[in-house]
This record gives sequence, C-alpha cells and structure tokens, in this order.
Amino acid sequence: MRIGAVLILWLLPWMVAAQDWEDRQVFGAGDVSLRILSSTDTSFFAPIIEDFLRGRTDVSVEYLVTGTADLDARFRAAPDGFDVVISSAMDLQLKLANDGFAAQVSDTGHPAWAKWRDSLFAFTAEPAAIVINRRGLGALPVPQTRQDMIALMRDHSQVFEGRVGTYDVRQSGLGYLFATQDARASETYWRLIEVMGRMGAHLYCCSGAMIDDLVSGDLVVAYNVLGSYAEARAEEEDALLVILPSEFPTTMMRTVLVSGKTRAPDLADAFVRHVLAVQASGDAERFPLPSLTAAQRNPTIISLDPALMTYLDQMKRAIFIREWEDAILQDG
Amino acid sequence: MTAEVNARGSLRTRLALILTGGAAVLAVILYVAVRALSAQIAQQGQDNVLAASMSSILDSAVIRDGQVSLDFPYSSLSMLTTDADDRVFYAIREDGQLLSGYGDLEVPDAMPEGQIFTTSVMGGDPVRVATGARRLIAADGQRTVSVSVAQTQDALSNTLNGISRNVAVLGLGFFALATALATWAASDTSAQLRRLTTSVTRRGPQDLSPVARPVPSEMVPLVGSLNTFMSRLDHTLTQSEDFIAEAAHRIRTPLATVRSHAEATLQRVDRPDNRTALLSMVRAIDESSRAAGQLLDHAMVTFRAENLERVEVDIAALLAELVQRMTPIADMKDIRLELRASGSAHLLGDPILLQNAFRNLIDNALKYAPAETVVEIEVGDNSGVFVSVLDNGPGFDLDEIETLSGRFVRGRDTGNKVGSGLGLTIAQAVTEAHGGQMTLGNREGGGACALVQF
Repeated sequence: MRIGAVLILWLLPWMVAAQDWEDRQVFGAGDVSLRILSSTDTSFFAPIIEDFLRGRTDVSVEYLVTGTADLDARFRAAPDGFDVVISSAMDLQLKLANDGFAAQVSDTGHPAWAKWRDSLFAFTAEPAAIVINRRGLGALPVPQTRQDMIALMRDHSQVFEGRVGTYDVRQSGLGYLFATQDARASETYWRLIEVMGRMGAHLYCCSGAMIDDLVSGDLVVAYNVLGSYAEARAEEEDALLVILPSEFPTTMMRTVLVSGKTRAPDLADAFVRHVLAVQASGDAERFPLPSLTAAQRNPTIISLDPALMTYLDQMKRAIFIREWEDAILQDG
Repeated sequence: MTAEVNARGSLRTRLALILTGGAAVLAVILYVAVRALSAQIAQQGQDNVLAASMSSILDSAVIRDGQVSLDFPYSSLSMLTTDADDRVFYAIREDGQLLSGYGDLEVPDAMPEGQIFTTSVMGGDPVRVATGARRLIAADGQRTVSVSVAQTQDALSNTLNGISRNVAVLGLGFFALATALATWAASDTSAQLRRLTTSVTRRGPQDLSPVARPVPSEMVPLVGSLNTFMSRLDHTLTQSEDFIAEAAHRIRTPLATVRSHAEATLQRVDRPDNRTALLSMVRAIDESSRAAGQLLDHAMVTFRAENLERVEVDIAALLAELVQRMTPIADMKDIRLELRASGSAHLLGDPILLQNAFRNLIDNALKYAPAETVVEIEVGDNSGVFVSVLDNGPGFDLDEIETLSGRFVRGRDTGNKVGSGLGLTIAQAVTEAHGGQMTLGNREGGGACALVQF
C-alpha cells in the first residue's frame, strides 16, 4: 500500500508536468488550428481527421495523444488549451462534462443512450478482451471466461509465472474504469486479480504496451486489453488470440466532447458532428473503430450516467486501489 | 311608432362581461394554483430521490483504522439519473472538513439525524441540495459526518414546463367554455326580454289585454305593472268612448228637433237674409248630426273590432246592396255609381263593420266627386279580396295622405263639404281589424283612389 502511495505521489507531478506526448501529429497546413486531445492512437483517427480536412484547406488539426488519466489532468489544468477531447475513460469524461468543462453540441440526432447532456458523445463500443499468445499457451485449452482463466493459471502456474499482464489501474484511467466495472459486475474479478498477483503480474499503462509484450512473447496472457487495438494487431500477428469473456464482456464507449473554453467553437462543433456522422455511416474505411451500430443496445455496455463518478470519489478510489494493491502486489 | 328611450349600457353585454371576466380570473387562478401545486409535488419528488441518495451515502460511513471512510454503493449516484441528464454534485464532510466530493458546493450546517433541503447555484446552474448528517463514535470521541447531494433541475423544469403547457391549455379551454356559457346565458336572458317586447309590439293598437304568456319571476313585477297600466288605460279609453257615444247619441235627438223647427221656420220666412241664415243653420245642424252619427259609428266599430265576429261575407253582394241604397243620394248629385265585380269575393268578417267601412269610402267619393261623373267601385279576389273606390274629384293632397286616416283629420281642400274627419278612420280601423290594409292614392288623370286589400 505504501509503495502504491509513493508511486502515485511520484507519478502524478511527472505526468502533469510532462510536456512530451505519446504522439503528436499535425494534419493539414491551414492557419486555423484545431487542437484535439486524445487517448486514441493516431492511426485510428488519421482517416477521420483527413476526411474532416477534405474541403477545409484553411484548417490544420493538431492531434495530441496521451494516457486517459494524464489527459484528464492536463485538460483540467488548461481547458482553453484544447478544443476537442477524446477519451476511452468514460468516467473521467463524464465527470468533465458534469463539472462544466464541456460545451453543448445540440441537435446531433445521436441516440439518447449514447450521449449525455448533449455535451458528451459516445461514438464507439469496444469490449475489454483477454488476449493470448497462442505460442506461449502451447497445448493448453484456450480460456473463454474469467473462471477458465483462473483455473488455467492455478493449474499451470509454471506457464504463466511472470508472464501475465493487466492494466495498472493507478496509472490508467481506462484500466481503472474496466477494473471498477468488473468488480461491480462480479466477485470473480477479485479472485482473478489475486491469482494474477500470485503469478507476479506485470502492470501496464496502456493496451499498446501489453500487446507489444504479448507479440514479443514476454506475456502469455493479458487481461482487460482494449479489444479494438488487439484485433487490429491480430490481423498482422497470427500468434495473438483475442477473446471476449463470454460471461460478461465489459464494454466501454469512447467519448468525445468540445471544450467549454475552446477557441474554435464552430470548428470543434463541426468536428464532433463529423465524428458522429462517420461513425453512423458504418464505413470501415472512414471509421476504423468499432461503431456503436455494431453493438447497438448491448446490456454490457457501461452506461453514460452520473453513477460513473462513484469510483472517482477519492475515498472510494483509495479503498478500491488499496484492495486492488492488496490483491495484485502480493510481495509488496 | 317608437318613442325616444334613454339607453345606457346593455344588460346582455354587462352580464357577458361579468361572467367572462369571472371566468378569466378563475382560469388564471386555476393556472397559478395548479402550477404551484405541481411545482411543489415535482420538487418533493426530486427531494425524495436526493434524500435517498444522500442517506445511502451517509449509511456507508464507518470508522476504519480511526479514519472516517465511506464506501458508498454505485446506486447512490445512479438513482440520480434523469431524462434530462441532470448534473450531480456531492460533498462529504467530517466535522466541517471536506473529505471528498465538491468543495465549492454550498451546504448548510446539518444537524445529525435530520434532512435539510436547500437551493443553491453550482457552475451557473441552480441546484437542489439535500444534506444530512450522522454521528459516528470513534475510540477518541465523536465525529460528525455530513453528506450533501445536489442535482441540477433540468428534468424538473422540463416536467414543470410540460405541466404548465397542459394547465394553460386546460385553463384556456375552461375560459373558452365559460365564455360560450356566458354568451349563451346572456343571450338567453335578453331573449326573455326580447320575447316580451315582441309580444307587446306585435299587438294591434286597440289590444290592451294583459300579457298572458309566462315570464321569468324576475320580470313578474315589470310585467305586472305593465298589465296594471294597460288595464287602467283600457278602462279610461272605454270610459271615454262610452262618454263620446253617449254624448253623440244625446246630441243627435235634440239636433233633429232643432232641424225640423228650423225647416218649418224656413217655410215661413221670406226675407232673403233670414233664409240664408236659416239655411246655414240647417247646414250646421246637418254637419253636427252627421258628426255625431259618425262618432257613434266609430264607437260601434271600435267595440265590434275588439270582439270581432267572423262570418262568411260575400263582399260583392254586400257592395251591390250598398250601391243600390246609395244610388238615390248619388242621383241627387248627378253622379253615377258603377260597381264592377270580377268574380266572387268572399271574406270571413263582420258584415256590419265592412258595410260601414265601404259606405264611408263611397260617401267620401260622392262628397268630392263633381257632378256628371262616375264613381267606380271595383271588387275582386286577387290572392286576397280587394275593394277600390275611384272618383274623378280633386284627389288627395299627397303630403296629407299619411295623416288623413287619423281621427278628426280633414283635408285642407274640403271647402264647404260636410264632414267629421272620421270616415277614413272608421274604414281604416275596420280594415285593420280584418287583417287588411288601406291604401290612399290618386288616379292617373285626376281623382282619388282608396284601395282596401285583405
């Protein structure tokens, strides 16, 4: 627990102060600039932005990528520095909207369940997946549920020892969202984390890093990896196997909002409408992320409502992190 | 013949205005009252949910390792989900110190085991705040934990706007209905008055009988005094008619005596100036006697017209008899009476009155027709019996025609003709009593024309 607290104390100022980005790209050469703060890898958004810039020669888009927790901290610190905020951490996004950081974009025709107060718009439905390196698993059966995974790790600890990974919920907003929603849905989550802790689980800031280690063979199995990212990599890497837990696939919706203090309100408004429009078009070329239409009204989708703020409560968060650390950091 | 009446305002307008004004006031009161009530109920609904949320957070408060800790359930905030996606704020304090939540949320000081509802502003939006507190016993003493849960009021105001719209429609509908009822009530009330007016106006000039049809109780005093007034008038009128008839009758007999004395004296007097005086005396007596006769006739006509007895009368035959009887008088004046009957002319009426009326008309014609002329009498049935009497006299003065049938009214050019001015009055009264119309006019090429149509 102490280590966790120290880690947070050490990480937070570093994260907030850091002016380097996971990725930073500028599209277009126009004078009017639109700054997009995002947690989504640039490769997924490039076609959407290029589509948006078509016919807007005077506009340039600066696309800044960082982790969800860092994104939230940076945006809260300087809401006038960014025009559009895209994040997979629904809870943090909802709290931003609730706290008045978002501007309204009205009459979008977007379904009511996929928006909140006309200021926060969900535009993807992405499940959290169990991703496996087939080669690492060898002849062992492929787990289909969390229960399967627990049993497999217990019975074949020599295979998994030091080769399992999941989100570090202290660092990643999305990881924290997945973890809290899992814990809310079932007690199995805690048993799973405990077993993973016993296996000496590696903790990651982001899905990309987990997939990299799976591909390299450092990991055999990773839990709560973003399915969309894993699927994209699995197309190239035969060894990757993406499994949606059959009993309860926790499904997240990526959300977008316009900064309430944007300096380019019309452009930001137009961009959000553009994202929602290409999402609805169902054209995979223009919209490489899993659209809402594919998931429709899936009951396992985390719903956009104020209850998302529950686990963001600092006391609740402290309790949850403490329990999580107790479970996963067994030698700490 | 409508006399000038001072009119100010209208009962109907006043009634309608008072009723619609009242309805408008009631509609506004209805709107305000229902809106206030629904606002109260809606606010109570929101307060209940806020209180439930607040209690569920407060209930989770425990002291763990000497620290106050609240592991509140997911439902605490999810129950605050609304259609309008209202924003939610909360603050958890221990002895006034913020433990978690929104530090800028304005909250009242809460006493343990109580609930306080306040209205505040958060981020520019009005919010409703529910605050409660609990006392926790720790090893080192008591701690008071207070929890405030706040929510914006978008869904509430949406609900209220919906209710307001509905109540406004209801109020307008109520007003429209009340206005329609008011208009109906006002026109129904004034219709009672109008019906009374019509029944009085439609009466013949001689009809002074009391109003018999039922009237609303409020109008009973008015109609009662009207009836009393009319019966007094009737009585007075009858008395004066009786008096006139009696007077005429009493004058006629002495006049006849005086006339016979005057004629006898005329036989004995030779001096021309004395004869002239006696002749004019006889003339004056004739005139008076005739006037008295006509007064009697008039009284008779008035009486019989009021109690009209209708029998089948052959007007042509009646006129033929009349012409035959008047021919000697016509002969004396060298005037020929000519009756032209085209077909039969039957009428339900009082033969004595009709005869009297026609005799007066023919008498008039004979009086004004010059010698050696013809007085034509036409009778026929042309969708109603008509009788016209035509002469070759000077005709009527056009600007007098309207007034000639009045009592004792005589034309200006009557010269030395004997007349009382009652002849046309009698003819007119008889015609009207039989539901007919008398028209006076002049013939083309000179001469008067009196036309009676039934």
